[in-house]
Amino acid sequence: MRSTMPQPRPVGWRGIDLLQLILSALAVAAMTVSMWAALYYAPPASNLAGDEQLAQRIFYIHMGCNIGALAGFLMSVIGSLVYLIKRDLDWDRVSQAAIEVGLICGMGTILTGMFWAKPTWNTYWTWDPRLTTSAITVLVYLAYLLFRNGIDNRHTRARFASIYALVAFLSVPLTFYSARIFRSIHPVVYGAENVDAQGGFSVGPTMTQALHINLIGFCILFSALLVLRWRQLRNEDAVAELREEIA
Amino acid sequence: MGKKALSAEPPPLHSAPIDLAAHPIAMRLNGGVLAYLGKVAAVLLKDVRAELRGREIFSTMTAFSVLAVLIFGMAFDLRVPRAEMIAPGVLWVVVLFTGVLGLNRSFGAEVDRGTLPSLLLAPVDRSAIYFGKMLANLIFTLATALVILAVMFFIFDLNLFQPYNLAAMLLGVIGYVGVGTLFAALTANSRARETLLPILLLPVMVPVFVSGVALTAGVLDGKAWEDLSQWFGILAAFDAIFIVVAYLLFDLIWEDA
Repeated sequence: MRSTMPQPRPVGWRGIDLLQLILSALAVAAMTVSMWAALYYAPPASNLAGDEQLAQRIFYIHMGCNIGALAGFLMSVIGSLVYLIKRDLDWDRVSQAAIEVGLICGMGTILTGMFWAKPTWNTYWTWDPRLTTSAITVLVYLAYLLFRNGIDNRHTRARFASIYALVAFLSVPLTFYSARIFRSIHPVVYGAENVDAQGGFSVGPTMTQALHINLIGFCILFSALLVLRWRQLRNEDAVAELREEIA
Repeated sequence: MGKKALSAEPPPLHSAPIDLAAHPIAMRLNGGVLAYLGKVAAVLLKDVRAELRGREIFSTMTAFSVLAVLIFGMAFDLRVPRAEMIAPGVLWVVVLFTGVLGLNRSFGAEVDRGTLPSLLLAPVDRSAIYFGKMLANLIFTLATALVILAVMFFIFDLNLFQPYNLAAMLLGVIGYVGVGTLFAALTANSRARETLLPILLLPVMVPVFVSGVALTAGVLDGKAWEDLSQWFGILAAFDAIFIVVAYLLFDLIWEDA
């Protein structure tokens, strides 16, 4: 991976990091289209009015963030498992990058959900299973990052973090089921109907399109952030290795 | 492998009786279930004996738990009309927080005294160390839980010594120390051991906490088995899943030690 003679970075237009440029441009474009779809293209919900009508548009961004968080946490499990099997630090970096990006998306999900819930449910927070699970999941992965930072040896850190990521991920469905037995008021837009749900609306064809645009847009954003962060972590480790060599 | 090899009689596994003392590897792997249980018991008895001589863990846990119940009692006495309303939450919060103290010492004491390498050198499968430590933690935490129940009996005037509640505490604490022992081993060598363990452990414990509080509340409300059974199901599933996972992952922790 490293040559003994560090190559000087090319200057001028050759110095442009093409991958980074393309990924960033893609992410910006995807987000622009997503916001256009969520705020302009999607029609208003037919059964809502006032603040609720305005707030329902956050749903597209909420779902987008949610898909990013889900992708991040799933990716971290894959990264951890492959690391424990292959012992290749690149996979540990995948797991760390995925969790960092997933955490941002998860916090985005919670924040957008809270802004939507205030006009709709008249409260920022309730102990609905989905809310409980999302909050606990974010805490679990924050703990993951704190835990990583406390371990000095690079390989020990990767191994311990992978073990924790696997155990932590397994607890998420159980958290959801244990919280689910309490009554839920979260609307279920896809899948089973929740008779106690408040503030839901049925999704028409244009809304579905807007939603799909947002899901794809956030997937692109997620991939861009993941790849860039992964490369950054890789470079960080390379620098740390060089430092050790000098010392 | 040709046909010959398949049809041929398998060679005897041990042609000569193995001198166990001279073959630590064989001793680590052979012996069947009973020998394995013996090794687990050895680790467990070592911890219990150390505790009986040092009186380090149980006394700390008991003191903290009594203190915590008293503080909760004082804090809620001002605002809550009936103790039944808060007792389930107090019980499980105190059990979880007290448990962290014992779990921290479980491997922390080994690291502090420098006995961890000798423990790891023992010619047993690493999972035997896990199960031995887990059972020791189970005993300490359950003993503390009984003290907590007794203190709550007097402070809140509530009798929580009821069969369903005791079963819930047993299942909950098994799951708790099952994950807790694994995490205690993970954090044993890190710099901020005492602060890190609760941050790692408590979010993962939410299913146990929620089911435990629901079960204790259900018992206090005099609910029937049909209403409680699904919570017991969650606790049992948690215990089964996480003990198996911890058993599988525990080997990886000290593979370079």
